[in-house]
Amino acid sequence: MLCATSRLLAATALPAQPRGGGPAPRCRRRELHFPGHPELSLCDFLTGQLVRPSVPAGRRAILRRGRMPPAVGRGLAGSELRPRRGCCGPQAARALGPDVATEAAARSLKRPAPGSRRFEAAARWALLALVTLLSFATRFHRLDEPPHICWDETHFGKMGSYYINRTFFFDVHPPLGKMLIGLAGYLSGYDGTFLFQKPGDKYEHHNYMGMRGFCAFLGSLLVPFAYLTVLELSRSLPAALLSAALLTFDTGCLTLSQYILLDPILMFFIMAAMLSMVKYNSCADRPFSAPWWFWLSLTGVNLAGALGVKFVGLFVILQVGWNTVSDLWHLFGDLSLSLVTMGKHLTARILCLIVLPLALYTATYAVHFMVLNKSGPGDGFFSSAFQARLSGNNLHNASVPEHLAYGSVITVKNLRMAIGYLHSHRHLYPEGVGARQQQVTTYLHKDYNNLWIIKKHNTNSDPLDPSFPVEFVRHGDIIRLEHKETSRNLHSHYHEAPLTRKHYQVTGYGINGTGDSNDFWRIEVVNRKFGNRIKVLRSRIRFIHLVTGCVLGSSGKVLPKWGWEQLEVTCTPYLKETLNSIWNVEDHINPKLPNISLDVLQPSFPEILLESHMVMIRVLWPSPFDDFSKSSWLSTNLDHKSLAMGNNGLKPKDNEFTSKPWHWPVNYQGLRFSGINDTDFRVYLLGNPVVWWLNLLSIALYLLSGSIIAVAVQRGAHLPAEVEGLSQVLLRGGGQLLLGWTLHYFPFFLMGRILYFHHYFPAMLFSSMLTGVLWDTLLRLCAWSLSSSSLARGVHVVGILSLLLGTAYSFYLFHPLAYGMVGPLAQDPRSPMAGLRWLESWDF
Amino acid sequence: MRPSPSAPAGAANRASSRAEGGSEGRAVSPPRAAGACNGRRPRRIRGVAGRGSGSAGTRRNARCPPSLLFYKMLGFLQRPVVVTADINLNIVALTAVGLLSRLWRLAYPRAVVFDEVYYGQYISFYMKRIFFLDGSGPPFGHMLLALGGYLGGFDGNFLWNRIGAEYSSNVPVWSLRLLPALAGALSVPMAYQILWELRFSHCAAMGAALLMLIENALITQSRLMLLESVLIFFNLLAVLSYLKFSNSQKHSRVPPADPERARRRVASACIRAVLGELFPALLSALPRPFSPSWWFWLALTGVACSCAVGIKYMGVFTYLLVLGVAGVHAWHLIGDQTLSNVCVLCHLLARAVALLVIPVIMYLLFFYVHLVLLCRSGPHDQIMSSAFQASLEGGLARITQGQPLEVAYGSQVTLRNVFGKPVPCWLHSHQNTYPMIYENGRGSSHQQQVTCYPFKDVNNWWIVKDPGRHDVAAPLSPHSQEVSCYIDYNISMPAQNLWRLEIVNRESSTDVWKTILSEVRFVHVNTSAILKLSGAHLPDWGFRQLEVVGEKLSPGYHESMVWNVEEHRYGKSQEQKEREVELHSPTQMDLSRNLSFMARFSELQWRMLTVRSDDSEHKYSSTPLDWVTLDTNIAYWLHPTTSAQIHLLGNIVIWASASLATVVYTLLLFWYLLRRRRNICDLPEDSWLRWVLAGALCAGGWAVNYLPFFMMEKTLFLYHYLPALTFQILLLPVVLQHVSDHLCRYGALAATPQGLRVKGVINDDFSVTWNGFRSQKRHREGTTGFRGQSSGWLGDESNRRGWGPGRAFVA
Repeated sequence: MLCATSRLLAATALPAQPRGGGPAPRCRRRELHFPGHPELSLCDFLTGQLVRPSVPAGRRAILRRGRMPPAVGRGLAGSELRPRRGCCGPQAARALGPDVATEAAARSLKRPAPGSRRFEAAARWALLALVTLLSFATRFHRLDEPPHICWDETHFGKMGSYYINRTFFFDVHPPLGKMLIGLAGYLSGYDGTFLFQKPGDKYEHHNYMGMRGFCAFLGSLLVPFAYLTVLELSRSLPAALLSAALLTFDTGCLTLSQYILLDPILMFFIMAAMLSMVKYNSCADRPFSAPWWFWLSLTGVNLAGALGVKFVGLFVILQVGWNTVSDLWHLFGDLSLSLVTMGKHLTARILCLIVLPLALYTATYAVHFMVLNKSGPGDGFFSSAFQARLSGNNLHNASVPEHLAYGSVITVKNLRMAIGYLHSHRHLYPEGVGARQQQVTTYLHKDYNNLWIIKKHNTNSDPLDPSFPVEFVRHGDIIRLEHKETSRNLHSHYHEAPLTRKHYQVTGYGINGTGDSNDFWRIEVVNRKFGNRIKVLRSRIRFIHLVTGCVLGSSGKVLPKWGWEQLEVTCTPYLKETLNSIWNVEDHINPKLPNISLDVLQPSFPEILLESHMVMIRVLWPSPFDDFSKSSWLSTNLDHKSLAMGNNGLKPKDNEFTSKPWHWPVNYQGLRFSGINDTDFRVYLLGNPVVWWLNLLSIALYLLSGSIIAVAVQRGAHLPAEVEGLSQVLLRGGGQLLLGWTLHYFPFFLMGRILYFHHYFPAMLFSSMLTGVLWDTLLRLCAWSLSSSSLARGVHVVGILSLLLGTAYSFYLFHPLAYGMVGPLAQDPRSPMAGLRWLESWDF
Repeated sequence: MRPSPSAPAGAANRASSRAEGGSEGRAVSPPRAAGACNGRRPRRIRGVAGRGSGSAGTRRNARCPPSLLFYKMLGFLQRPVVVTADINLNIVALTAVGLLSRLWRLAYPRAVVFDEVYYGQYISFYMKRIFFLDGSGPPFGHMLLALGGYLGGFDGNFLWNRIGAEYSSNVPVWSLRLLPALAGALSVPMAYQILWELRFSHCAAMGAALLMLIENALITQSRLMLLESVLIFFNLLAVLSYLKFSNSQKHSRVPPADPERARRRVASACIRAVLGELFPALLSALPRPFSPSWWFWLALTGVACSCAVGIKYMGVFTYLLVLGVAGVHAWHLIGDQTLSNVCVLCHLLARAVALLVIPVIMYLLFFYVHLVLLCRSGPHDQIMSSAFQASLEGGLARITQGQPLEVAYGSQVTLRNVFGKPVPCWLHSHQNTYPMIYENGRGSSHQQQVTCYPFKDVNNWWIVKDPGRHDVAAPLSPHSQEVSCYIDYNISMPAQNLWRLEIVNRESSTDVWKTILSEVRFVHVNTSAILKLSGAHLPDWGFRQLEVVGEKLSPGYHESMVWNVEEHRYGKSQEQKEREVELHSPTQMDLSRNLSFMARFSELQWRMLTVRSDDSEHKYSSTPLDWVTLDTNIAYWLHPTTSAQIHLLGNIVIWASASLATVVYTLLLFWYLLRRRRNICDLPEDSWLRWVLAGALCAGGWAVNYLPFFMMEKTLFLYHYLPALTFQILLLPVVLQHVSDHLCRYGALAATPQGLRVKGVINDDFSVTWNGFRSQKRHREGTTGFRGQSSGWLGDESNRRGWGPGRAFVA
């Protein structure tokens, strides 16, 4: 029936077209010139054989504007856009110029039989449904295995639990992704009691399927999104089908979609943003129509989603931004548009692509802070004022004396985010590191060793003796700081600091509070007058060593094992004012003074937002002078103490070589999700090598063919109509995808942080779509250059089909990587995977 | 000064060359040209250095057929050979003042000033020809400074240990500082020429040069033994020579009225290009592309770029900028359909050779010279591989000299880890055992420790033993102890002391384990773990030596698993005879000859890029943001008794106005872009192109030399900003002239005095030179003279062309 109809249509609609690239009808597809071919099969149907009855004469105008006319059956446009086009016809006509207007009129006259149109649409939807179904089937197959924590599930599952338990935590990624995971868990009946301690822990009775199912659901949607995007960009069904197949049959994408991770959510938003951007581009001829507004604002929403999951979302924002700017630039050059219209265009984009996403992004934070109102492992990262709003924190509803007085017991916190409290403990600096005296460090977590007593420099009498009157500490006073637990004084001298050689060492010195003149510090409040009192939390203070004149600060560098990987404290002789050398007083205990409530200090929402971003930025992009990312600092403070979150990506895990960005497109090395030994249930994140190497090849081919075409055009070569149409698809549509790949890949080369294989997957999506577009176009070009019609179509069909079957077969070969394998490792010749270890570096 | 043969329009070609203006018409008198050109602008008189090509784009000699060339040659015979010379006194004066400002009292202070302490030690190394490794930049800069020392007869005997130390009498301070000072001085006239080549007025060019001249940060930096001024010099040279090149290119390509004629012309141009290759004598008569000056400037661009890169890695960004501009121009060339495909290909090839191949070759050349000069071993040897060390005189080469090449069973060897991080070290063992129980409670084998030790030691020696099994794999059993590898992975029992040897390195074609050359892996036979340096320091029980582990989960090749034999003795083998033979066998090799230059280069370059200097903060370090606002300075030198000082500090007026100019330029550019997009052309086309090119080079030069610093993780100083600053300074007169030409005179000509005053303030000292070059300018303007009431200051070009500055052009 299918074939019959199409044959009929082909035969009737296209009688004897002239061959080759005549100027007249600008049809893009060779097949159209040979109607009534006897053997129309399903393959023909797949390759988009379905019939475009009329060929618009004014195609060129559209081409110039970079939009592919619907080559393949034009079904999508037909089914979906046609009615609207009717309603905003005048506008479109004005935008496209008179020839298009007449063409539109002619088209409306020669509208093809409604049956065929419906039929095309049905075919398109059927294929979409098929693709979606396949995608869901592959993603949900054996979703529950393995029933233990895999890889980073330990982090993100834990964070989902935090949301359910409303415990405050800190993570370097924005909250949306984890909030969604938490929500999915909550809705599916997970109670947040599972500890998510380490990979390999069994879930047992805990309900984890909701969270995995949610991620798999979003991951499955990537495939139809890719299908629609490519369809929109190339107007070619085979290209869309090929892209969808590449993604469906990629073991890497599949594996990454099956677990409780941020990546499926992130990729979902990236692809959704891309799709809605492409859709909105294709509405460009009907500005301010309902679908235009819909897709534009949907783009904005998805951008907010992508950025809200991970900062990698910034790249897709760049892509949309670039697209928008060039779009506006084109519009601006259109002299038929008045400046007022331009203003409207600009405002619409600002509203939908800047204001809306920002609002949504901020809203996610508002929810985040609203939900997480209990004290938890993330407290230490934030300022004292922030902590005062978390219930359970000792600053919550706390009341402390306002002004420092001699005898007060205090904790002193560095003003630089994520450096922590001034700390000392009963360990000495090792031999060879300055003087062998007690260590002084900074430490992020609350601890009795953070307590210090303010004493007068010249008397050792106990200021808490009730017989003495209260004496406040004032700006410019000379004081001693005595460590409460060890009774040693904060001390500095002309020895070099352990790591920062140009600074002086800071130690704890003296016995029972008796030291020497090197223990004297002048306390100064930044930007205040002499003689003022010093306030808790509010005053920004500096400690200046009296003898050497240096300033107490923390370099932010991590001490080696002997210093328990806490941060170095030094006395810097450079008096430049940086946050590293400014402190504030946080806890304050003095029974002789009246307390005030801390609630007055609670920060406003914008302040919280700013602060949490500052902390994230500092952790993600540390400043040059602290070797922060390169150390195990985070692991100490975040993982081992099981206090703060785990952080995937800042610290290499044991037994893992970190991967380099150049490894990724080559599929050089995978990532072990679960299991090491041959008795384990092993899941290995590795791309389907056939797909990935095809992608790699395609990028090279694309660059080659693209530059050949560009040079030819620049040289003024006159391309035949078909070739020109195809090259437009290649340059515009393919260009968009290549830009996406570039933006999602190359910035990683600049990142100093530890990188993992899974960072490449957003780029891989773009690269797969590019592959679809490229091979379809190249095959069409091949087909066009052949003389014989049957051969031409044969080349195209066979080419696409062999690619489809090839990927499917390779998926069949490699599917155990994703669905799990038990048994001997692949090095072992007895293993069923033995022949598949094509690269030495794959260890599954 | 350049003599130009004046053989104008010989009798034979007079007819044809009148209209076209023969290429030889360098000293033709303006009236004739003006008359002949039929209202076209008169050609400029070609001047010396820089005034060169002029903007008169009407050379159409391309049309004269090759057969006429012969007649042209004959023209020499028919007329007397006259040499006329143009000397641009501006340039001479600027050079003189530049030299004066940079060279005056150059040898003062006779003490080590700031970073001289750093560069000085390398100069000493060069003088003594001792190998060193400096990760701060490629060797060309250091070599230039050393050249100064060589010329001054420096013997390298000075201890560069602290800033402010008095130089001893054997240090030729003057000649050491001479080259940077010269480079700084020559930058001044080059600024002038760059603006001139950008086709801005003399006055603007003069302004740029004077600003360069009086910028005290540049003066300070030039007068000392530092590299920034040399870098700036080569940056400017690259830009200048590219401009000269592209100007000489452009003038051959006047938009033709008739495509067919144009095609013929181009064809003949190409023919002439080929001819020019064959008969250099003809070259002077040949047209612009592929003429000697065209080639010269193109090649000079490549050379200057590579020199800039060779001095500091930062030079790469200027190189990329020039490449980018050249790429855009080449793209236009591709789009020029009047040129034949062959011709376009020739153009592209020439550019590729000059801008890609030459720089690569030059860069390699720097390293070649560097390695040839530094042939003796020195303090940084340890970082390099054994093979590299052995190629240096002394040091390891002396030790390994004459040792047997091939390792045999019974050999005594030391094994060095190839990775060399965190420090180079040798496989080591000593009597002490692993502790029974580690700190974290795990048990151990309690066997003898195997570590990696960064010093040479008796305990680094191992004996290779034959297990008496098969012959292909040579198992190594450790000398008189069992290997114990690290805790987590692998605990070898006494029985498990067999290691399989795998030779992994480049010369793997040979199956024999060679001293130094072979890089090998040791695979434990029983567990297939690979012997590896983990990089961690052992605790006290291990004497803080480096940990050696057996890596079981091998994710492929890594240098930390690779070892090589460094020292080799053929030990006390049972067969006395064999040992004798072995010791005296001719297997000893000359390693320096064995290691090719490319191998040495790639290793050295890689180590230079990866060597990590202690980036600690410095008293005078600053952030890039501080530079723009001049919120920082550096005290270079302080006399201990008299308190005489040298400070690096910019001229705040220049810095602020240059930054302002950048902002104004950016805003104006966007404004024009938007207006042009709406088809409102505020500027005439060529003035627009000039504006864009000037911006691309000057503002672009500033951006590429400044913005990358935000990404860098090293200690930064104010002087890092100077290359960017020079480009910004060039932009200032550009913007001023533009404002005066196109904006200030827009509404009413009455606005001129204001414009004058504005410029008068900043370029006060211009008025002195004004009289000097005014006559010249008149001369150049020829008969067309001033049109309308011109400001007479900066805007000569547009006036001459008769374009009202503010008139809108609709394309």
